[in-house]
Amino acid sequence: MWGIALLVFREVLEAALIVTVVAAATRGVARRSVFIGGGISLGVLGALLVAAFAGAISNALSGVGQELFNASVLFAAVLMIGWHVIWMSSHGREMARQMKELGGAVQAGSSSLAMLLAVVALAVLREGSEIVLFLTGMLAGGATGLLPGLAVGIAAGTAVGLTLYFGLLRIPVRHFFTATNWMLVLLAAGLASSAARYLVQANWLPEWGNQIWDSSWLLSNGSVLGNILHILVGYDAQPSGIQLVFYGVVMGLLVLGMKLFGGSGKSVKAAAASAPTASQASAG
Amino acid sequence: MKSPSLLPLLLALLFPMVAIAADTPTFTLVLQNHRYVPNELRIPAQTRVKLEIVNKDPTPEEFESVDFPAEKIVMPNSTISVFVGPLKPGRYGFYGEFHQPTAKGTLIVE
Repeated sequence: MWGIALLVFREVLEAALIVTVVAAATRGVARRSVFIGGGISLGVLGALLVAAFAGAISNALSGVGQELFNASVLFAAVLMIGWHVIWMSSHGREMARQMKELGGAVQAGSSSLAMLLAVVALAVLREGSEIVLFLTGMLAGGATGLLPGLAVGIAAGTAVGLTLYFGLLRIPVRHFFTATNWMLVLLAAGLASSAARYLVQANWLPEWGNQIWDSSWLLSNGSVLGNILHILVGYDAQPSGIQLVFYGVVMGLLVLGMKLFGGSGKSVKAAAASAPTASQASAG
Repeated sequence: MKSPSLLPLLLALLFPMVAIAADTPTFTLVLQNHRYVPNELRIPAQTRVKLEIVNKDPTPEEFESVDFPAEKIVMPNSTISVFVGPLKPGRYGFYGEFHQPTAKGTLIVE
């Protein structure tokens, strides 16, 4: 049972961290629990489908279907996170002010929320499909303790996500969306780096140098903390050159987008002082 | 000014399949009873190689490593391939994520 719980925990953890960052980034947004719940449900459904067609996906495109599928899912998530980040850079300050003034639900663009729903769904789909394949294998192999293992793994992974969530809530409101926006930027850059890793494995991209550095003596990719940082900020103990390029390009593009569409990074306080009434009408 | 001879180099970097697919050395690992056979595989250093993993078990496995980039599901009774390297000389562990107690092995790069 513990072996099963451990594997399920690792997979759930990855999805849970992404869901957590999304949940924090949509703090105070009306109906966000519907969007996040919907994203998780769609993701579970998608995971079952992907697991059912795993053989076909794997054999597609002369054997690199799996890599291209994973890379596409990751790039889709990067695009959608990017959309939200840039959208937030022009609306985030307004949202923070509404939260402070009204103490309740704020309106967010539904297109941006739909993007984040999809990010949640894709994260659950990717990790969930591995859990499904693993459990069907275990079941076929006559293993016992599947359900308790699954339950413990999900509970433990969710607990880490919740811990992070309540930790993030301690960030003062006026810095809150700046912080979650940067977390989304790092998340997107890390996902792009993972996508590059799949494309190298498929021989669709060159490696441009393997192990540009090796920090596994300090924090290994296989450790739980290494895993957490891998998802949250794209940490890799032994990155290849192309991974760093993808990481840097996505981060550069998002920062550029935030600057172009969001104006300067003024604090909420300053923005609130300079435009005290602009958002009142839309807040209701 | 930029030398025109950079262009072929750039193309070679961008399209590795064209450059190396023809003569990539291929090595095979077989998964049986949730173990890798052989569990130590010697591959040449500084060379891009193709690893074929043949799963003879009736259950899925995930070929994975934290020492080199590799993560791929191998369905029951099927074969996958991953491209690895070029790696520096050394020992690189790999495992089967779904059966970690038994499915372990090492790439010996020399």
